[in-house]
Amino acid sequence: MTTDLTRATAAELADLLGAGSVSSREVTRALLDRTAAVDGAVRSYLHVDEDGALAAADDVDRRRAAGEELHALAGVPIAVKDVMATRGLPTTCGSRILEGWVPPYDATVVRRLREAGMPILGKTNMDEFAMGSSTEHSAFGPSHNPWDLDRIPGGSGGGSSSVVASFQAPLAIGTDTGGSIRQPAAVTGTVGTKPTYGGVSRYGLVALASSLDQAGPCSRTVLDSALLHEVIAGHDPMDSTSVDAPVPAVVEAARRADVSGMRIGIVRELTGEGFQPGVQARFDEAVQHLVDAGAEVVEVSCPSFTYALAAYYLILPSEASSNLAKFDAMRYGLRVTPDGIDAPSAEQVMAATRDAGFGDEVKRRIILGTYALSSGYYDAYYGSAQKVRRLIADDFAAAFETADVLVTPTAPTTAFRLGDKLDDPMAMYLNDIATIPANLAGIPGLSLPSGLADEDGLPAGFQVLAPAMADERLYSVGAALEARLAAAWGGPLLDRAPDLTEVSR
Amino acid sequence: MADLTRDDVAHLAGLARIDLSDAELDRMVGELGVILESVATVQQAPIADVEPMSHPLPLVNVTRPDVVRPSLTPQEALAGAPESEQQRFSVPRILDEE
Repeated sequence: MTTDLTRATAAELADLLGAGSVSSREVTRALLDRTAAVDGAVRSYLHVDEDGALAAADDVDRRRAAGEELHALAGVPIAVKDVMATRGLPTTCGSRILEGWVPPYDATVVRRLREAGMPILGKTNMDEFAMGSSTEHSAFGPSHNPWDLDRIPGGSGGGSSSVVASFQAPLAIGTDTGGSIRQPAAVTGTVGTKPTYGGVSRYGLVALASSLDQAGPCSRTVLDSALLHEVIAGHDPMDSTSVDAPVPAVVEAARRADVSGMRIGIVRELTGEGFQPGVQARFDEAVQHLVDAGAEVVEVSCPSFTYALAAYYLILPSEASSNLAKFDAMRYGLRVTPDGIDAPSAEQVMAATRDAGFGDEVKRRIILGTYALSSGYYDAYYGSAQKVRRLIADDFAAAFETADVLVTPTAPTTAFRLGDKLDDPMAMYLNDIATIPANLAGIPGLSLPSGLADEDGLPAGFQVLAPAMADERLYSVGAALEARLAAAWGGPLLDRAPDLTEVSR
Repeated sequence: MADLTRDDVAHLAGLARIDLSDAELDRMVGELGVILESVATVQQAPIADVEPMSHPLPLVNVTRPDVVRPSLTPQEALAGAPESEQQRFSVPRILDEE
């Protein structure tokens, strides 16, 4: 077992804490010290809550000392994406329009973390309102990839991916609307899961696209994601789209790591052309590992996936333009008075505030959504996109008749350089080509590292997709593959990442 | 498909209550044109007679018992307000002067 508390997994920390060989304060202190040492370079956090995290740690330590029965992850610290409402802690969604806002309530996910006794270390950076694949659309500046600080950590949840990849936290909460947990995991050599839509409550998650958004775990191992998945999942009366069914047995699946007899489907449309050679090579090897572990490979075709990106970039902006209408400068957030107008109206104040408070990408998507929903264009755009969405769900249903899970490379490339795609929105959107279909259909997906691409030495991601409410299959496949890859590599992939304490000095 | 003009974008920005500057309008016309051309490909998919799908789950209406339950206090609800007065949100004028 590793002795450096910052490099220990959540499962290892849970064991150490449970055995009384380390206190939550010691773990929390070690992680906060790590943040002090490296986050000037990585910039994962928008806000660090040192006092709150240590107080929560002390509380757990006191209760444990008193012999109280605690949750398995009690005392294990966690970082939370800044899109989750946290009572008493700033919540900005990476936007100027919410700068300084302190929510008066907790998101259900956050409440569950607190109830489990998990100290919240801070709030992680993100593309503004989760619109982006690089964190470059954060109003507060980008986060950096711990493998190469000049490169993107993925997005929108690049704060959550980089915080676990740089050993500032063993766990983080992410949210995934079109890949914002999985693509950041892929490019940072970490693990992340988008659960089945409705599997985790959206109450207190500041909505981007309500029919696509889903919160989930970010971690360095498959088992750790499963442990966190179990904490945050389950029915919530506060979210009327929350699924009222038992949480899939994700932890058990991760521990068994059994794929024998499982049918693994390779999606013809999401492989080969358009994928970086090194990403494809690691994918092919990973598939072979699964075959060696007893799985059977089948090829499936999902022809409608060709239209998934187009449908997504109509459905998402349409829903976002409606959801973001609540930022009206009246009840919370920024209020800007327009220049040169005496006694401006509420409407003029709202328009001036939204111009000043929203970044370019948010404005683009709101206007695109307003257009797609406008009279005369609704059928051609939003209506057509909804029909494509049905075709995509049908393609998945057909594919899952011949395969138990589907696998693809998570993202077409490894991490690109900061700035490379900032001026080309369509190029940025293409990063999500393999992750978007799952959100449209509401099915779960997990990404884990498949290795380093030969051409650039950067991490590549392997995505597993399963039918709705069969999230446990993600963890069976993920854990089986992870064990074989770690054996082949002689240890976790992240052991090969640069030592950031050197870089940041 | 009709091309999006600068006037169209200005109109849409007005509907969306975003007071775009001239420079922003100039930039956005071009960017939105590229994006629209790409997303318009949904119209080429085989979607005749396909039932639209608005949501991943078969949704049913969810209700709760109509009983009083804890909620935010007025102080909590107003804590983030740009301006408040007499336990209410204070807003700019909402009517035109004429």
